[in-house]
Amino acid sequence: MGVELANERAGFLELEDVNFTDNELVYHVRTALKSVSLGDSESYDELIGVMHHRERLSPDEVALLVTCLKALSGTVSCIDVVHHESLLSSIFGMSMWNYGPEVMDALVDLIISLAASSGKYVDSCLDMLIRNFVPPYSYLALLKQPRGLSRKDQVLSRVHSALESIGHLVPLAPMRLLSLVVQRMPRQYDNEAVIMTYVENMFKLESGSMGQLVGSTMLMAVVDRLLDLDLEIGWEDILQEDSSKGIFEMELEDLEEDEEDWNDEGGELPGKHLSRNSLRGNIIAEKLDSLLVLTFEYLESCQGRGRLLEVFETLLHSFRITVLNAYKSKFSQVMSTCFQIYLQKQAFHYSLSELYQLCIVQFVMFYACTLDPENCGVRFARMLLDIFVCHDHPPNTRMSAVAYLASYLSRGKFLSTSYITTMLKRLVDWCLDYCKVQDEDVNPLAHRVFYAGCQAIMYVLCFRMWSMMSIPRLKSQLFLMPIETILKHKSDPLKVCLPSVVGEFLKQARAARLFTVSKTSISDDILETELSRAFGGLERLDTFFPFDPCLLKKSDRFIRPNFIFWSMVKTTYDDDEDEDEDAEGSSDEDGEESVDGAVENRGDGMATSFDERDIDMEEFDYALNKMSITPKQSSMYRFGSGLDELVRMPSRIRPSTSPESL
Amino acid sequence: MEGLKVSDANLVVCVHPSKGHRVSEAVLRELSSHLFQFSEIFDGVLLAYDVNIVEKNAKILPGIHPYFGVRLKAKLLLFSPEPNMLLEARVVKLTPESIHVIVLGFASAVIIDEDIREEFDYRTKNGKEVYCSKVHRRHVIKVGTMIRFLVKSLDKEILHICGSLKPSNTGSIHWLDKDFEEISLIDRSGTKRERENEMKMQEHAVVGGKEISLGNGQIKKSKKRRLIEES
Repeated sequence: MGVELANERAGFLELEDVNFTDNELVYHVRTALKSVSLGDSESYDELIGVMHHRERLSPDEVALLVTCLKALSGTVSCIDVVHHESLLSSIFGMSMWNYGPEVMDALVDLIISLAASSGKYVDSCLDMLIRNFVPPYSYLALLKQPRGLSRKDQVLSRVHSALESIGHLVPLAPMRLLSLVVQRMPRQYDNEAVIMTYVENMFKLESGSMGQLVGSTMLMAVVDRLLDLDLEIGWEDILQEDSSKGIFEMELEDLEEDEEDWNDEGGELPGKHLSRNSLRGNIIAEKLDSLLVLTFEYLESCQGRGRLLEVFETLLHSFRITVLNAYKSKFSQVMSTCFQIYLQKQAFHYSLSELYQLCIVQFVMFYACTLDPENCGVRFARMLLDIFVCHDHPPNTRMSAVAYLASYLSRGKFLSTSYITTMLKRLVDWCLDYCKVQDEDVNPLAHRVFYAGCQAIMYVLCFRMWSMMSIPRLKSQLFLMPIETILKHKSDPLKVCLPSVVGEFLKQARAARLFTVSKTSISDDILETELSRAFGGLERLDTFFPFDPCLLKKSDRFIRPNFIFWSMVKTTYDDDEDEDEDAEGSSDEDGEESVDGAVENRGDGMATSFDERDIDMEEFDYALNKMSITPKQSSMYRFGSGLDELVRMPSRIRPSTSPESL
Repeated sequence: MEGLKVSDANLVVCVHPSKGHRVSEAVLRELSSHLFQFSEIFDGVLLAYDVNIVEKNAKILPGIHPYFGVRLKAKLLLFSPEPNMLLEARVVKLTPESIHVIVLGFASAVIIDEDIREEFDYRTKNGKEVYCSKVHRRHVIKVGTMIRFLVKSLDKEILHICGSLKPSNTGSIHWLDKDFEEISLIDRSGTKRERENEMKMQEHAVVGGKEISLGNGQIKKSKKRRLIEES
C-alpha cells in the first residue's frame, strides 16, 4: 500500500519523482520532527508550509497535503507539545470545510491518532472537531445551496464519527466533550445560521452512540439557549419597533400582506394570522423561532425512533430546574409594562382574550406533549400538579406550577376531557383539604398558594366546562366536586382572584347551574384588583398564563393544530342571552332559562356555532368592543373575513404611547 | 493487577442546607461526583464506595450558609496507578506505531512502537491487525486481547497512561499466565492433551476475571440496598 507522489512539485524533503512507501514517509517525517529539537528545522518548516496551503488547492497540493497528514498520523508519538507547537497549532487551526473528502479523511485520522496518543491532546482535538461543527464565516452563504449542503454532510458525518472513535479509544473523552460543547456554543448574538448548525450538531450528538453519556446535557444546554434568547426579547423591543411607524399605518400594511399569505396558504384555522408582525424584524425573535422549529423537528424525529419518552424526561427535568422559575422575572417585567397600557385603555377583558404569550420556551414541552399525549402529555400535567401539592417547594414555584397546569389543561386540544376532569378533581381535593385546615379571613399573601389553586380551577373550567357538561358521566363528576364549598370559603377566593377569570367562570357556572353567586362586588371590566395584585406578588403570578398563544410565526405552525384558542371555546351560556340578561339586570330565573336555550343551541358541533357567529357582523362589533383594547376604527374592518377579524382583533395589543413615556 | 486497593476512610461531607431534607442522597451525590476522577485527597481514582453514616447528629459549620458536616465511615475502592506498576488492559486498536488499550474500562493507555519490545512484529492477517511474537508463535496480541503492561507515565487529569511492553513479563495475559516451559514445548510440538490443558487454563483465567467484577458488583449492590433502607 504505497502512496504515489509522482508529480510532487513542492519538493518536500527533496525527494522528487520517486514512489515512497508509507513506512518511508513516516520515517522521513519522523526525522524532520526529531531534528527540530536538535536545532535543524528546515524540513519541519517545509512541513508546516504544506499544512498552510488552504485556498484553491491544485490536485498536486491536495496529494501532498494528504500524504503529509497520513505520515503525521504515523508519527504522533514524536510530536512534542513544546518543540512542535507551530505544527500543532496549524493542525488544530485547519477547517475541514475548506477541503475535499480525501483531505478530510486524512485530517480526521490524524486527529484521532493525536487524541489517543496522549492525554495532553484530547481537549485540543475535541475542541478542533467542535469548531468544525460550524463552517467558516465565508462559507455560511453557501449553506443554502446544494453544493454547500453536500459539503456540510461530508464534514459533519466525519466530525461525528471522529468524536465516536475518540470516545471509543479514550472512554473519558465524552466527559471533556460535554463541557467543551457547552462552552463553544454560540451566544444569542451570533449569526442565526451558526446557531442553527451548531444546535443541529448537538442534536446529532444526542441521538448518536454517545447520546447516553452526553445527551441530557446537550438537550439542557439547548433549552438554556432557547431561554437566553427568549429572555433577550425585551418587551421594549417590540414597542420600539411599533413606535417607529404610526400604529395604524403599520397595521394596515401588515394586514394586506397577511391577506396574501392567507390566500396562499389557504388558512383554515381561526386565529391563523394573529398579530404575526408584532415580532417581525426582531432578529433575536427570529433566531428563537428557527431554533424552536429545529427543536420541534428533532422531537418529531425522536418520536419516529421511539425515543421521545427518554428525551421528554430530560426536558421535564430541565423545565423543572430552569423554565419553571425563569419566567417570573421576565413576566413581571412584561406585565408591568402591559398593564400601564391596558389601564389607559380600560374595558379590557384580559385573561380570556388572546393576549400573546411573550415567553415561549415552554412550548417545547407543549409540543412534546402533543406528540405523545398518552405518556408525555399525562406525565407533564402530573408533574406540575405534584409540584403544586408538595409542601417542600417554595410558594412561588407552586404557584407558577399551577399556573402552567391551568394554562396547559385549558389549551391542549389533545387532552381528553376525562383526563382534565381527573386532574381538576385532584386540584379541587387539595383546595378542599386546605379549606378544612385554614379558618382565616381574606389574606392574599398568606393564602396565595390556595388562591392560585382556585384561580386555576376556574380558569380550566372557563375553557372546559362546556365539554364536561356534554358528557353525562363527567357532568355528574363535576357536580360532585365541592367547588362551591371552596370558592365560598371564608378566605373568599372569588374576591381575590382575577376579576376577569372569576366573572367568566361565574357566568358559565350560573348558566350550567353549577352554582350561583349574587353578582355584588364583581365586575369583569376591571382588569385586576388590589387583592389579586397582592396575591400575585411582585412576580404577578396572578396573571401568569404561560400557554397563551404563541407569537412566533414559524413555530406557531407546529403548535396551532393542537391549540385551543379562546375564540374556539364554547361556553355554557349563549352570547345573545347573556347580553339581554346584562341589560335587564340579571335575575337568576332569566339565567336559568337561558341555560336551557343555550344547551340546546349548542348541541351541534363547534363549527356550526362558529359559522353562525361568522355571519353576524353586529355580534363581532360587540365582541370586539368588549375584548379588544384597540381603539375602534371602522377602516380596519375592511380587511379579511369576519372570522379573521374576530380572532385577530382581541390579540392586538397596541401601545398608545411611545415607550419612553411609560 | 496492581494499583487497586480498598481504603477505609473517615470522611466529613459538608451538606448544603437546601439538601437538608435528603441527607443520605446528598452524601451519595457528593461521593459520586468524585467517581472516575483522579482525586488528590484519595490519592487515586475512586471506583466504588460503600458508605456508613456514623452519627445521626451533624455538626453545623459556621459560615454564611450553615452547611452541616455529616461524619461517615466509607470503604473506598481506589485505583492509583504509578510508574513501574503492572496493569492489565483490553486492546481496542492496533496500528503499526502503537497499541491502544483501555484499563478497567475507563482509563485509556497507549504503548508506542518504541516501547514495544523487538520481539513483536506488526502484521495484518486476513485484514485484521495483530502483533505477533517472533520468539513464541502463540504469543499474539490482537484487538480484544487482555494484555499486561508496565506504566511509564500517567496524565492524572484525563487519566491517560503511557505504557511499555519492554519487560519480558508483559504481553498477552492469556499467554503469560501459562508456564513458559510448557508453552515453549507446545510451540515446538503441540499435542492434543497439552491443548486441552491450555483450554482449561483459559477457563481459569476467565473465572479469575469474573471474580474481580463480582467484587465490584457486591459493593454496588450494598450501596443500592443502603439507599433503599435509608429512603
